Amino acid sequence: MSDEEDIILSELPDDELVLQMHDDLYDGLKEEIEEGVNILLGRGWQPYEVLTNALVGGMTIVGKDFRDGILFVPEVLLAANAMKGGMAILKPLLAETGAPRMGTMVIGTVKGDIHDIGKNLVGMMMEGAGFEVRDIGINNAVDAYMEALDAGDVDILGMSALLTTTMPYMKVVIDAMIEKGVRDDYTILVGGAPLNEEFGKAIGADAYCRDAAVAVDTAKEFMARKHNQVAG
Amino acid sequence: MSTASKVNPLQTMLDTRDWILADGATGTNLFNMGLSSGDAPELWNVDEQDKIRALYQNAVDAGSDLFLTNSFGGNASRLKLHDAQGRVGELNRAAAELGREVADKSDRDIIVAGSVGPTGEIMEPMGTLTYAGAVEMFQEQAEALKAGGVDVLWVETISAPEEFKAAAEAFENAGMPWCGTMSFDTAGRTMMGVTSTDLTDLVGKLSPAPLAFGANCGVGASDLLRTVLGFSAQGSNTPIISKGNAGIPKYVDGHIHYDGTPELMADYAVLARDCGAKIIGGCCGTMPEHLRAMREALETRPAGGRPSLDTIAEKLGGFSSGSDGTDDAAPTPRRTRRRG
Repeated sequence: MSDEEDIILSELPDDELVLQMHDDLYDGLKEEIEEGVNILLGRGWQPYEVLTNALVGGMTIVGKDFRDGILFVPEVLLAANAMKGGMAILKPLLAETGAPRMGTMVIGTVKGDIHDIGKNLVGMMMEGAGFEVRDIGINNAVDAYMEALDAGDVDILGMSALLTTTMPYMKVVIDAMIEKGVRDDYTILVGGAPLNEEFGKAIGADAYCRDAAVAVDTAKEFMARKHNQVAG
Repeated sequence: MSTASKVNPLQTMLDTRDWILADGATGTNLFNMGLSSGDAPELWNVDEQDKIRALYQNAVDAGSDLFLTNSFGGNASRLKLHDAQGRVGELNRAAAELGREVADKSDRDIIVAGSVGPTGEIMEPMGTLTYAGAVEMFQEQAEALKAGGVDVLWVETISAPEEFKAAAEAFENAGMPWCGTMSFDTAGRTMMGVTSTDLTDLVGKLSPAPLAFGANCGVGASDLLRTVLGFSAQGSNTPIISKGNAGIPKYVDGHIHYDGTPELMADYAVLARDCGAKIIGGCCGTMPEHLRAMREALETRPAGGRPSLDTIAEKLGGFSSGSDGTDDAAPTPRRTRRRG
C-alpha cells in the first residue's frame, strides 16, 4: 500500500474523481474533500450535483457500513467532519442557485434527558445527507419543540432519549402536537438506546430509528413520500 | 498520605473467593424510590440520604458482597448539566461516606466501590475533550470518593479507550486501586468500536493494572456473556467483571420494565461464572429480588464448563448481532486508497 503513487485529484476525470471523493469521505479526509469540491465546481458542475453525487453519495456508503457494524462512531465523526468541509463551500452556492431542498429536521433530546452523543450523531449524518438540521439541544420540554416547529419550513421532528425514564416524554410531545392539530404536518422520528420499534408505534411516532444511518434512510423515504403526495 | 502497603480488601476477597456478587441497578432502583427523570441522582447523596442508605442496604441485604456508590454522573462535566459542577467534591464524598457507613455495619465483608461514569464528552480529535482535561475531571472525583472512604475506584460504562486510560491515570494519581468496565452495546462492540479483545489488550498495557476488568450494561444478558467469553478466551490473569442488564427494556402502560426475570438473572449469574467471570452483578433493571436469585444460584448450583454461544442463547435469549467483531465472520471496512 505504501508504494502506491500519490493521487493528484485534479488529474482525475470526473467519474474517477467522484469515486475518489467517496473514498476520501470514507477515510475522513477533509482537505481532500474540499479540494475535490472546488475542482468539480471549477469544471462547471452545479453545486447541487456536487452535493448529491460526490458528497451525499459518499456519505451513503459510510452510513451503510455504520448501520452494518463495519464502521463505528469515530470513523463516522471523521467522515462527517470531512463532509462538513465540503458543505461549507457548497452552502452559499446552493442558496444562490435555488437548489431543491432535501428537507429540514428539528432535533433534540426530550425533557429530563441530557445525553446527546446519539442526537449529535444523527444531526451530523442528516447534514451529511443534505438535510438542514436545527439542533435544539438537550432537555427539551413540549414548548421548546413547539417553538422550533413554529419557526417554519420544518418537515421532520426528531426526538432522542437515552434513559428508560425519559423516553415516555416523547409521547407527551406527540400528544401535545395532536391536541394542537399539527401532528400530521410533520414526520416524527424517534431514537435512543433503550427504544424499539414497538415503543415507537405505541407512542404514535412515524418511525423508530435504530441508529443514525437508519434515521437518514427513513427521513429520505418519508420525504420522497411527501413529494409524491404534493405532486399527486 | 498514608503508607499504602496494606492489602486492598477487594484484592483479599478476590484471592480467597471463587466468585463475588456485585450489586444491581442504581438508576432503576432510585427511580422506583421517586427520583424524577432528568434529576441528578448524585444530589440525593446530600438531599435524600436515607434513600441512598436504603439503596446500598437493599443490595447488601440481597446478598451483594460489593456495591457501587451513587456517583456515576458525579464528574464535573455531567454535574454541569445540573449546574452542580462546583459540588463534585461534596457529592462524591457523601456518596462514599454513606456507603462506608452501610458496609461497616454489616456482619459480612462488604466492598464499597466508588462508581465513576463517563464524562459524556467525545475526546479529541473527534470531539473537544482533551486527554489532560479528562484526567483532571476523573481525578477530582477520585480524590473525593477516596476521602469518603471507598475501598476501590470503579470506572464503568466507558466506550472510548482514551477515556478508559484517562480514568486509570487519574486513579493512579489519586493513589487508589481500581476496576474498570466498558459497555459493549453496538454489534458486540462499544459505541467507539472497541471489541472484547481490544479491551483485554488495553488492560494488559495499563500500569498499574486494574484489580479486575470487564463489561457492564450494553444490550441484554446474552450479549454481555458473549463479551465475557471474549475476555476469558485471551487468557488474561486479571479477574473478569460481568454486570449485565436484566433483559431488555419494554414499554408497558406508560412505564418501562426490563423483561429479565429473577430466574433469568439466576441463569445468567451461573453462566457468567462458567464463562470465566469472577465478579458477577447486574446493571439496569436488576433489583434486589434479582440479586437474591443470583446469590442463591451461585451458592447452590455447581460450576460447569465453558458454555457455548448456543447454550447462552438457549437459556438467556438470542444475540443482538451475528458477530461481536472478534471472529472471522466480522465484517471489515473496505480498503480504500490512501494518499501518503
